[in-house]
Amino acid sequence: MNLTSWGNYPLIENKAHPFTQVKDLEDILAHHEDLIPYGNGRSYGDSALSKHIIQVKPHNLFLDFNETTGQLHVQAGILLSEVLEVFVPRGWFLKITPGTKLITVGGAIASDVHGKNHHNAGCFSECVAFFNLMLPSGDIVTCSHTENTELFKATCGGMGLTGVILDASISLKRINSRYIKQTTIKTKNLKETFAAFERYQSEPYSVAWIDCLAKGKGLGKCLLMVGDFQADGDLNYHPKSNLNIPFNFPGFVLSKLTVKLFNWLYYGKVFKKISQQQVDIDTFFYPLDAIGHWNRIYGKKGFTQYQIILPKETSYEGLEAILSTISKSAKGSFLAVLKLYGKANNNYLSFPIEGYSLALDFKIEKGLFELLDQLDQRVIKYGGRIYLAKDARVSQAVFEQGYPQAETFRALRRQYQMHEKFNSLQSTRLGL
Amino acid sequence: MSYVLIIGAKSDIAQAIAKKYAENNYDLYLAARQVNELNIFAKDLAIRSKQTVQCVELDILDTASHHTFYHALPEKPEGVITAVGYLGSQDLAQTDFKETHKIIDTNYTGVVSLLNIIAEDFEQRHSGFIVGISSVAGDRGRKSNYIYGSAKAALSAYLSGLRNRLYSSGVQVLTVKPGFVATKMTAGMALSPRLTAQPEAVANAIYKAQQKKNNVLYTKGLWKWIMLIIKHIPEGLFKKLSI
Repeated sequence: MNLTSWGNYPLIENKAHPFTQVKDLEDILAHHEDLIPYGNGRSYGDSALSKHIIQVKPHNLFLDFNETTGQLHVQAGILLSEVLEVFVPRGWFLKITPGTKLITVGGAIASDVHGKNHHNAGCFSECVAFFNLMLPSGDIVTCSHTENTELFKATCGGMGLTGVILDASISLKRINSRYIKQTTIKTKNLKETFAAFERYQSEPYSVAWIDCLAKGKGLGKCLLMVGDFQADGDLNYHPKSNLNIPFNFPGFVLSKLTVKLFNWLYYGKVFKKISQQQVDIDTFFYPLDAIGHWNRIYGKKGFTQYQIILPKETSYEGLEAILSTISKSAKGSFLAVLKLYGKANNNYLSFPIEGYSLALDFKIEKGLFELLDQLDQRVIKYGGRIYLAKDARVSQAVFEQGYPQAETFRALRRQYQMHEKFNSLQSTRLGL
Repeated sequence: MSYVLIIGAKSDIAQAIAKKYAENNYDLYLAARQVNELNIFAKDLAIRSKQTVQCVELDILDTASHHTFYHALPEKPEGVITAVGYLGSQDLAQTDFKETHKIIDTNYTGVVSLLNIIAEDFEQRHSGFIVGISSVAGDRGRKSNYIYGSAKAALSAYLSGLRNRLYSSGVQVLTVKPGFVATKMTAGMALSPRLTAQPEAVANAIYKAQQKKNNVLYTKGLWKWIMLIIKHIPEGLFKKLSI
């Protein structure tokens, strides 16, 4: 059985090398080339695919927890969902969490993931006190904001190309409820959407679901959801039981018509301009995790997620151009996600910069990659970049224009001979 | 809080059982040889469950130490689960009695030595449970593993007698007969997935059977019927088979 990424595209032959003990990993490193670490297989594209895949998930013990400070030391294969199951009932939550809890801590660092609070809390690396990294030589180094800082900046967001993260110490934040008080703001167009993001910027969490098939004066209409934890003392958290998509849907299920219908219903079910709800952690942060294997709705050919970010100054003009191209193409998924991000960090390949990010799914079909190439040109024109954790197809030229520190990253890879040991399909394509 | 003592705590089944009992609010003693290797596992369990998890050194073959071992436990356990098992090599055991001896002593003699001591204590306290992990291999001797199988057969007979003895004292004895389980012990064997249980499933079944005060548990359940058939094959036919 070959390992796949979440997008089920591309598919390649590979051999999995799981490890539980560090000494087993030394052995794997000594005997194979073209290795790439793989967590829970939730990155969308080809960043964790290679001929030889190091499966980190079996390396999954909790090592230490400080009840006073909330500092948690774990092996890299621990899933965020495990952290939540253990610690939400004790009043702790992840400082930074992406839109799925089904990723490993190692993967969260390698993609330097971010979430609905990026505008005030930054990327995952902000909550990492330190991690231990196994280099190609088999040596283990401790990296933090103050120790081996070059390796730290290369590894956070480095897509597993610097070595294998063995364990990490992350800080959790105090919460006093399993509920979030959510406000939903319905907007009519992109201008209103931008204004709403600005107005609600002091809310800790925010994200917008945007209708990508809307055209003309409705372009950019969205439901903006903002919120913060309640303080009712109810920490009785039980993860929701899952629905499951048991098989790949046939290709015709997702057509322009069904997507339009879905978006109309989704947007239309909210009547009021501003409404308030109380929702639990799983509903607010991880809505799609409730449906096991939701990637199968895109059929066996798979899908890709296109996520880009534009600097704030060019966001409005750029998004208008990108959204109209998408809506004209009539491709594009149920829902696209729009969010205003905070300041960029110093990591070489971390995705976020201050500005607006758009993410949406496309099923793999004829004409798609031509469309994405067109969109890439617009992204470059407006000074933006694409997110490597989602990508399966971007060109080296487009990547390099978006990531000015790519060369620093390459130099560090060469310095430690990382390029001789760790490679993914993505790193090869991007010449990393 | 009440403790469960897990003997042979390094095995995959034992560790799955430890997780299960910790989740259900039992404190644990994890007993094994070179038990410090379990420190990291014990810490993980303690963080996840908030239960007390203590590692205690035990050599199951050193029967002379068993009395001291048991009575040195800071608090007597409410239950004991033995997951000690040594498959060994049938081929080697046929020609080298040292291997045979090790198989018998690990799977039977050592376990009996310890359970004798614990049974005394539980009988006097009129409470407790004993879970002994035997094997379907003990239900009928086959050429591929009859030395291991005979030791497990002896253990099954011992547990059956112990259950009979302790019934009047209100002490429960559960005999567990796993079929194939995907563990370190069976790594590399070509096992039918339909007949092979994951350690977690075995642990869940054991916990449930123990809480319900059952007597004998086959896991997977299908093995109960397979062994029923195997036990009833006439010897004249059975001796010709290669199963």
